[in-house]
Amino acid sequence: MNGRLASEIVSLSLEHLTLVAITLGIAMAAAIPGAVLLARRAAARRWVLGFANIAQTIPSLALFGFLLPLPWIGGIGKRTAVIALCLYALLPILRNTLTGILGVDAGVRESAVAMGMTRRQILWQVELPLAVPSIVAGLRIATVTTIGTATIAAFIGAGGLGVFIVRGIAMMDKPQILAGAVPAAAMALLADEALEWIERKLSPA
Amino acid sequence: MSAHAIVEIRHLSCVLGGRTVLRDISLRVEEGETVVLLGRSGSGKTTLLKAVNGLTTPSAGEVWFEGRPAAQWDPIQLRRRMGYVIQDAGLFPHWTVAANVGLVPRLENWPPDRVAARVESLLEAVGLAPGEFRERYPRQLSGGQKQRVGIARALAADPPLLLLDEPFAALDPITRFELQRQFLHLRRTVRKTALFVTHDVREALMMASRVALLRDGALDLILTPEEFLAASTAEAKAFLASLEENWRQDERPPRI
Repeated sequence: MNGRLASEIVSLSLEHLTLVAITLGIAMAAAIPGAVLLARRAAARRWVLGFANIAQTIPSLALFGFLLPLPWIGGIGKRTAVIALCLYALLPILRNTLTGILGVDAGVRESAVAMGMTRRQILWQVELPLAVPSIVAGLRIATVTTIGTATIAAFIGAGGLGVFIVRGIAMMDKPQILAGAVPAAAMALLADEALEWIERKLSPA
Repeated sequence: MSAHAIVEIRHLSCVLGGRTVLRDISLRVEEGETVVLLGRSGSGKTTLLKAVNGLTTPSAGEVWFEGRPAAQWDPIQLRRRMGYVIQDAGLFPHWTVAANVGLVPRLENWPPDRVAARVESLLEAVGLAPGEFRERYPRQLSGGQKQRVGIARALAADPPLLLLDEPFAALDPITRFELQRQFLHLRRTVRKTALFVTHDVREALMMASRVALLRDGALDLILTPEEFLAASTAEAKAFLASLEENWRQDERPPRI
């Protein structure tokens, strides 16, 4: 029994991690280029950040519920879960990338232009490298949030550590709930520590 | 006067956000001379400087550089032929001193060993021991050292023109004087043409071949420093009065 629980914890943890990794991969792939485009468009920036802010305020259980009946993106399973989780992960990465790019010192940017760097060179050699600590900070927030929120995704059949929690609630079995909650919490703490370390390494002293 | 103008500004006007910042300015900068743009805050001197390298776009008139209208230049190529130094240096904080100084040569695809050799000689030229400073980051430099790196960076690809926007304004008086003297020495040895923006009349008289005084976006007068000391426009007198005031505070007799 104990052995079976342990192996189930491991396999569901891996499933959980996969869910989180896919979500963060997609969110980063969308949010970082998105932020680069928005950095030069103040009007569009307001709209997109407003939308992302609203998405952030929808309770996650409700969002999963809303998405379920939708054709194509909805339905039971991992895909719906990943879409919902991405919506939550987008905002912190987007906002922090923007903060990082827009926070580049005006004199530094002016020098870059005046030295004859092209826009692409300024983006790749100046803006993005200087934004990296801020981007990692956003990624850290997104990671911790996603690890936590992903437990709720078990309600729509996405698997992961939430499976223990759903089952534990249904059976009023506290150890089951803990078998899901404790590894999820540990995972979040570890990820937080690791990304904080990276963030510190990348920030200018 | 040799007729070879590096920069020629022709009837330049500039309106920014509904405000006329520059009115009908015409000005030639001959090879080898330093023209100082002197004026109060808001007189348009920085805007005029930025119109030369295309950081601001004039609403009327044009700038010629090396015998061609700026509009015919690729803006990137144009800027790489003009060194640019600003008040707080604008060094790239994530790059070492060597990487900062070597920027334009790298953009111009110089081979790495040639870039490295150029960086060495420039650091020497601005009074920074290469061995000690090459690998430092801007945050590990004092204000005066940053400005020296900024000047070295501007000189790196040996551009025919230097644009300097109050390069020494944020420094303490002693460091400022040191850098002013070093810049004069450097200019004599490399014979650079320069446009130099300042609001400090003393600095203007020290650095200039000619002083161009700006007032409310218009060119008030353009004179050699000697002539400027005897200038009679109200704005010139206002600047000269501030000079006298400085000397009085220093308890030295006015020299004018």
